[in-house]
Amino acid sequence: MRRALATLPLWTMIIAVLGLVALIGIPLITDSFQTFQFANVAAFVIAIIGLNLLTGYSGQISLGNGAFMAVGGYTTAIMAHRLGASYALTIPLGGLIAGVFGFLIGIPALRLRGIYLALATFALALSVTPVLNNFDTFTGGHVGINLKPAQPPLGLDLSNEQWLYFVGWAIAGLLFVPAALLLHSRTGRAWMAIRDSETAATANGVNIAFYKTLAFGVSAFYAGVAGSLQIINTAYINPDNYSLGLSLSLLIGLVVGGLGSIWGPVLGGLLVVWLPYFAEKASGLHLGSVSFGGKPDIGFGLLLIVIVFFAQDGLAGLVRRGMARYRVLRTRFRVEEIGAAQAPAVASPDALEELPVGERDHIRT
Amino acid sequence: MIRSLRVLAGLAALTLAVVACGAQQSSTQQAKTDVGVTKDTITIGGTFPASGTASFYYSVYKGANAYFQYINTEKGGVNGRKINYIIADDAYNPANTPAKARELVQENKVFLTYGDLGTPTNLAVRDYYNSQQVPQLYVFTGSSHWGADYSQYPWTLGWQPDYITEGKIYAQYILQNEPTDKIAILFQNDDYGKDYVNGLRQGLGSKADSMIVETATYNAGDPTDMSSQVNKLKASGANTFYVVAIPGQAANAITNAVKTGWKPKLYLNNVAASTATWRGVTAQLGSSAALDGMISTLFLKDPLDTAKWGSDAGVKLFHDVMTKYGQGCDPTGADAFCVSGMASAYTMVETLRAAGQELTRKHIMDIACCSLNQTGNPLLLPGIVVKTTKTDHFPIQQEQLEKWQTDHFVPFGNLIDARGK
Amino acid sequence: MELAAVSFGQSLAQQVVSGIASGAVYASLALALVLIYRAMDVANFAQGEMAMFATFVAYTLITQFHLSFFAAFALTVVIAFAGGFAIERVMIRPFEGSSVLTLVIVTLGLFSIINGLAGLIWGYVFKTFSGPFSTNSIQFSGVYLGIQDLGVIAVTLVVLSLVFALFRFTKLGLAMRAAALYPESSRLLGVRTSRMLALGWGLSASVGAVSGMMIAPIVYLDPNMMQSVLLFAFAAAVLGGIESPLGAVVGGVMVGVLLALVGTYIPGGQNLRTPFALLVIVAVLLFRPAGLFGRIEAKRV
Repeated sequence: MRRALATLPLWTMIIAVLGLVALIGIPLITDSFQTFQFANVAAFVIAIIGLNLLTGYSGQISLGNGAFMAVGGYTTAIMAHRLGASYALTIPLGGLIAGVFGFLIGIPALRLRGIYLALATFALALSVTPVLNNFDTFTGGHVGINLKPAQPPLGLDLSNEQWLYFVGWAIAGLLFVPAALLLHSRTGRAWMAIRDSETAATANGVNIAFYKTLAFGVSAFYAGVAGSLQIINTAYINPDNYSLGLSLSLLIGLVVGGLGSIWGPVLGGLLVVWLPYFAEKASGLHLGSVSFGGKPDIGFGLLLIVIVFFAQDGLAGLVRRGMARYRVLRTRFRVEEIGAAQAPAVASPDALEELPVGERDHIRT
Repeated sequence: MIRSLRVLAGLAALTLAVVACGAQQSSTQQAKTDVGVTKDTITIGGTFPASGTASFYYSVYKGANAYFQYINTEKGGVNGRKINYIIADDAYNPANTPAKARELVQENKVFLTYGDLGTPTNLAVRDYYNSQQVPQLYVFTGSSHWGADYSQYPWTLGWQPDYITEGKIYAQYILQNEPTDKIAILFQNDDYGKDYVNGLRQGLGSKADSMIVETATYNAGDPTDMSSQVNKLKASGANTFYVVAIPGQAANAITNAVKTGWKPKLYLNNVAASTATWRGVTAQLGSSAALDGMISTLFLKDPLDTAKWGSDAGVKLFHDVMTKYGQGCDPTGADAFCVSGMASAYTMVETLRAAGQELTRKHIMDIACCSLNQTGNPLLLPGIVVKTTKTDHFPIQQEQLEKWQTDHFVPFGNLIDARGK
Repeated sequence: MELAAVSFGQSLAQQVVSGIASGAVYASLALALVLIYRAMDVANFAQGEMAMFATFVAYTLITQFHLSFFAAFALTVVIAFAGGFAIERVMIRPFEGSSVLTLVIVTLGLFSIINGLAGLIWGYVFKTFSGPFSTNSIQFSGVYLGIQDLGVIAVTLVVLSLVFALFRFTKLGLAMRAAALYPESSRLLGVRTSRMLALGWGLSASVGAVSGMMIAPIVYLDPNMMQSVLLFAFAAAVLGGIESPLGAVVGGVMVGVLLALVGTYIPGGQNLRTPFALLVIVAVLLFRPAGLFGRIEAKRV
């Protein structure tokens, strides 16, 4: 155990401990609203992890993961409201049903590539609300379904929001592990191979059809769990919850947080939930009689383009490159200190700086 | 290795210390009884779509806030306190509203919420407000949920005449004046549209099935192209067309009816009956011949109808208030939502005034739910009383019929009281 | 049961005729989409917003500067061209050669920015926009067709012909096609590929502006007016062949007619127009990805 711990870079351990402390400590210092928001962040992080697997790692653009969240959400709502199922049961079920649905969607998606897939998933995202509204005997239609707020189990001295927070982050942490494991396994390598070049992957014997549909299925599972959690948090479901904007925010969160990076989704989730809040606070911004408050669209759009331009691998990528640069500088500093004769056998700083933008090796964070 | 562990331990300890300090701070906060009320301000909140596809409703907020500014600046506030109206943007998305509700209650510590806009958005947070015992007052939607569900949700109240009642009013008129009509209905496929249709059906009673010969629907997000629906409705041979839509779709539908040579009697729901819209359609059609006689209801004065209301004190006040505090609300009344915003703000102000110095949530709710009896609203039609009782929780239940004539709606007949019907 | 006042045949004919008219609306925007796609192989999700913005510019020219419709129309087409050109230079050029996902994200970002700007400048209350065509109808054997709709169809056909002529008969059109399909070879032959891309955007923005100005009288002008049209325009473009201008128009008409028929004769169909568009897109992409008029392209390894 000690040896394993010793091999992890110090930075990772510091961040992990800080993260854990922050995770546990946050609900103690935030008010009910902020805790509630952080609980929502957990749900979004899960959804974005799922989208990351699909778009970031297997290279399939999806503008429609909101549809899978809808499946998870409605599973929870219908089962809890009509069948009296406990929320705990509906979460994995919501994920599973969404996963099956995603797998099925992945089959025709095999024939679609790049912009066509983006188009088809765009249309999927737009179709969710009308379909949900139409089958209203099943879904409750536009009146929606009100759910009972989730209560902490007896004996725990937590507010509802704190309980939601801990459950959400516990599940996020739990689901993080299989995602990381998948990525470091043969599946992850197959996905990345497919992303980089499908022809080369086929030539190397990778079963494209299987892995691509698997990616859809797994991604949908995560989105389904996220959808369930979101509905448990908000205690109300309505077809209007699942507009195009939802799918787009998942994508935005993913890209800004860091496509193809393991930690990106956490940053993405934080962004998606908190940025609109801060954008609204900026209503103090005025240009003459024109107020910029309540106009997140312009800000979002600009942020997106700026990030995609300056940091294709998102904020996580920026952090990683920053740390790589730091390591380079530190090594250089040490080399000068110790003297050339005793220089450790490290690759030249130039080589480190040649890391291609959006480098693929994510084993070390 | 040992050194790194020590560093780690130190960092962890430091973080825990910071967190513990923070935790201590929050536990010494006290609960206040009159949250949101200080000796010189009352802070109220509301959720609105300031962005997104429904942002044309934002004008309701502008109208209301303009009136509050007027009261604060020129009338010294309400019983000496200025009103601070904070809105949270939920983009009309019920997935966002729960967070915004908590933001208003927890962060902004509002005394009550007022004018929250939208039906699904309000349904999403009704449980929360009621469990927190925060008044959810005069929500800006004509859904009948609020009055009907009062016993379950005693902290939630509507304001405007509900859609079912409006539908019944049309039904009553038709039965009295055109009892042999064949009616075709176009309606928006949601709660809003269905309420209107149900109201009409309930009002027509046993004759509903024989009189309503065809219906067609559309979804709120669809292209504004009603030609297919209109063709279907025309083909049924109906001679009456009941349009339940939002302004764009309504205008398109009726224009299509004209284009296909269908000349039915027209009934238009109140929300779509903005004078500005139909003036535009008249301009497009070249003449108002096809629109003349179109029936709708109203409960607000129309500042654009200068002939009738040009010298009315309430409308002059509207002009004044919008000019000074309107933030973009057209003082001529071109945006009907500004008008309704201000009208409902008057009710809010008078409710606060009636509470005197006892500004507790319970007291306000008691007044609003069960003992309102307001007259004197500058923008409600003369004769309309904003009233609630222990058994009746629909504040406004009176409307008047109006007919389109050339370039404005002309009210006719008497004020219809649908209370208790 | 009441007697139907209109025979089934007549009602069917009316639905088809109206469907063609609505289809022309989708076709006109689809044309702009096709143009962008030809220029750079990417669907522009911001196309509708650009068209909407141009239409607002026209509206301002008419109502605030009191230009006649035709003067405003001409001026707007030019302004739109310049705008499209500028957007390509400023926002798209930095991303030339980027992955599809990056380009999709950039156009989505553009979508948000343009929509937000329009809302900021003109507000969200919808406005009536009078086109050049009267709102009367012509009638033949009980079936009505609005003059306005005829106008949209006519203008769309004219634009289609102009675009077709550009690509078929002019050197510039040839250069644009070459630059899109074979960028390296074209560059070697002296074609300024980057300039062609900007031209493509400018052209597509102009076509979009025309589309917007034709559509606004029918669907009324507000910042969100193109959003629902966009999906159906995509469906039209995909159905017709995303690289074929003729396909865009035929696809548009087909989508319009199909929607009208589905809406009338399939129970619940009128509420499922959006999912229907999804169905069209997916079906075409699965079974005949090149669409009706497109060519199947083999991608080099």
